[in-house]
Amino acid sequence: MSTAVAEPIAAASEAPVLARKLNGPIVLGSIALLSLLFFAVGTGGDEETSFAVARSTDFFQIPDFSLPSLTTIVVLCVVALALSGWAFWVAWNRRAIPWYLYVAYGFAIITAMLTWAGAGKGNTSMQITGLLIGAVFLATPLVFGSLSGTLCERSGIINIAIEGQLLAGAFLAAVVTGYVSNATGSREMGAYMGLIAAPLAGALVGAALSLFAVKYWVDQIVVGVVLNVLVIGVTNFLFGTLLKESPELNQAIGLPTMPIPLLSKIPIVGPVLFNANALVYLMYVIVIVMHIMLFKSRWGLRVRSVGEHPRAADTVGIKVNRTRVRNTILGGAIAGLGGAFFTVANGLAFGKEMTGGKGFIALAAMILGRWSPKGALAAALLFGFADSLREQFGIIGTAIPSQFLAMLPYLATIFAVAGLVGHARPPAAEGKPYKK
Amino acid sequence: MSDQTTTKVDQKKPGRDGRSVLREIVESQTIVVVLAIVASLILGSLLIILASEEVRTAAGYFFSRPGDTFAAIGDVVGGAYQAMFQGAIYNSAGADFAAKIRPFTQTLTAATPLIFAGLGLGIGFRAGLFNIGAQGQIIIGATLGGYIGFAWHLPAGLHLLVAILGCIIGGALWGFIPGFLKARTGAHEVIVTIMLNYIALNLLSFLLTKDAFQRPNSDNPQSPIIDTTAQYPLILGSQFPLHLGFLLAIAAAFGVWWLMERSTLGFQFRAVGANPSAARTAGMSVSRAYILVMVIAGGLAGLAGSAQILGTEKSLTSGIAASFGFDAITVALLGRSRPVGTVLAAILFGGLRASGPALQVQAGLPVDIVLVIQSLIVLFIAAPPLVRFLFRLPTPTSVKEVAV
Repeated sequence: MSTAVAEPIAAASEAPVLARKLNGPIVLGSIALLSLLFFAVGTGGDEETSFAVARSTDFFQIPDFSLPSLTTIVVLCVVALALSGWAFWVAWNRRAIPWYLYVAYGFAIITAMLTWAGAGKGNTSMQITGLLIGAVFLATPLVFGSLSGTLCERSGIINIAIEGQLLAGAFLAAVVTGYVSNATGSREMGAYMGLIAAPLAGALVGAALSLFAVKYWVDQIVVGVVLNVLVIGVTNFLFGTLLKESPELNQAIGLPTMPIPLLSKIPIVGPVLFNANALVYLMYVIVIVMHIMLFKSRWGLRVRSVGEHPRAADTVGIKVNRTRVRNTILGGAIAGLGGAFFTVANGLAFGKEMTGGKGFIALAAMILGRWSPKGALAAALLFGFADSLREQFGIIGTAIPSQFLAMLPYLATIFAVAGLVGHARPPAAEGKPYKK
Repeated sequence: MSDQTTTKVDQKKPGRDGRSVLREIVESQTIVVVLAIVASLILGSLLIILASEEVRTAAGYFFSRPGDTFAAIGDVVGGAYQAMFQGAIYNSAGADFAAKIRPFTQTLTAATPLIFAGLGLGIGFRAGLFNIGAQGQIIIGATLGGYIGFAWHLPAGLHLLVAILGCIIGGALWGFIPGFLKARTGAHEVIVTIMLNYIALNLLSFLLTKDAFQRPNSDNPQSPIIDTTAQYPLILGSQFPLHLGFLLAIAAAFGVWWLMERSTLGFQFRAVGANPSAARTAGMSVSRAYILVMVIAGGLAGLAGSAQILGTEKSLTSGIAASFGFDAITVALLGRSRPVGTVLAAILFGGLRASGPALQVQAGLPVDIVLVIQSLIVLFIAAPPLVRFLFRLPTPTSVKEVAV
């Protein structure tokens, strides 16, 4: 009898209206508490942390400033704890936690960490602007990669081949840049032609993915994994033959930076946002266009319906498989464009497996960003920031080993898919071939 | 048109004449596997030809002397495959018999970790779990086993046993995490295992900076060499690299066959893989199956790590797992997740891998051509209709489920 009574209650507590989602606030609170203990204990009472934000090109110079380390850390961590408490209260009342709460919380914890890392380092100050510039720059390939993933998965195709698409794009961009620079004698011209060629390589990988996934119904994860290996094999092979024999095809040629007049001179904001190369500006444009297209246009509605319920979409006359093929190829092209980051945007020559797993971090950013371009941008920036932090900590020297900072994106993703932080729900029909 | 009608008649009456036997052959799965390998070798040759400077030079004057181009193509492709054969199977240029068959023992040695990890992944595939995490499981297994190998000093025999056990436990632990998360929260195992691969790699490179894992008097991130008591003994004498791990791998293949085909647990795994809801309705615990499958797969990947650390490498570096974890995925796919198929596929890919140095030295080609051929084989195998289309084979009358 008791089971008969217990069952409806259990069922009711699972209903979305009544559930209290307290996991998130509890995690926030624990992190804040741990930060307080770890950072405060590790800091001497009379130490100071100096911060530098100014760049020589700014309109006016913000002077470097120092804060008493321990006091700052304690205040910031207590603020973070208070914010967690607020989040808990909001969640307890079954309301959604506002986004600005997360932003404020993140700001507090990260600043506390920076203060701790820079405490008692004397003349070495935390380069705030440099940190942010690095974050945006390092996030660029991740943004392109996760946009590619978003576009494919929204139409129901799992794109594990992002890594391969990035690598293919990086390779073709380098080769075309080298070839055109040689032929025309203009390095800048070469770099832009490389930027144009990169999406073609990515699109080719995307086309292969869609051929096997849509036409032959091969498991999409299998195809993705194998395509990654194939691209690594082909690029490594050509690197060892073609590029070794004709080294002029693989030179370190970079895109010129294009500072936007006036805007690039605003302190902090200017150098971070308005002093980049064409690829980074293109990234902002693509994020905005894709977000509007995916969620506000008829095309976007169709794509999403194909990804959620292909049979229903087919019933109303949407060509399911054609949509999937187009999206996969377009997604591949976007990831290929992102691949240009590694060679022409960085001003580096192509190297073996130079993408180094960024495609998988992009996949993680897509999941953390909940399959939306806006979210992908935010998640990629977060991961880019972690990467930038690793570089900065490497220079300044801290007690946190760089390998653990490198793990952060992966850990965050596992937490996200396990539902501990937020809730990740992929498009319903993803990974399933549509068989009429 | 008339051709089609006759074939249709043939399908209806299962006569024992020559044509139906031929039909059975061209419709079989085996022919697809063979042709997939052939097609991959052809495409690999194309890549070799395109990248060859000799061929391009000869093609420059193709219309005046076309023979030169074909001779150059023959040279470069023939040279490549000859080098692969000599590097992987039988080196006719060897001084004595031992030197001649040494390449084949290298092939079997390279196949050993692939067999272990491939078996584990195969169990996962059959239970409906796509485990990409063999790479991380190998790393953690090798780390734990390697630590036991160089830090503990136990008597011979016992030391090896404990080290192998350490490898198994390390791999199983790294397999448990995604299995547990899948069972409890529904977290997709593909994502979790990919992320765990990178976490494992970072963990290992962190450990290699610590004193406990550092080789004395060395600045390189590498561990001390493990004790000889913890190394797999060489089974064919000191002139061949083949070690006891290979026999263990064959034994593991038998074990997995028994597990999957003869035991209740294996039946549950297959049932869960075929239809989780039906398995649940039949009273099986799907969560338990997911966790157990991942633990067993992780343990087998850990054994692959033992083949690396206790068999061939003997010292921990961040490259201890090479790319065996990813290659094992292709091995399991090629072997259709069956133990015998996995062993054969592992030997094939082990051969491709062993042929790398010969390819580099004799033919002057980068070893990466092996990766290309390997991935093409798997792509073709996974899409039998494509292979049938390429070779103009008839479609089979009975529609079988596509691999995995």
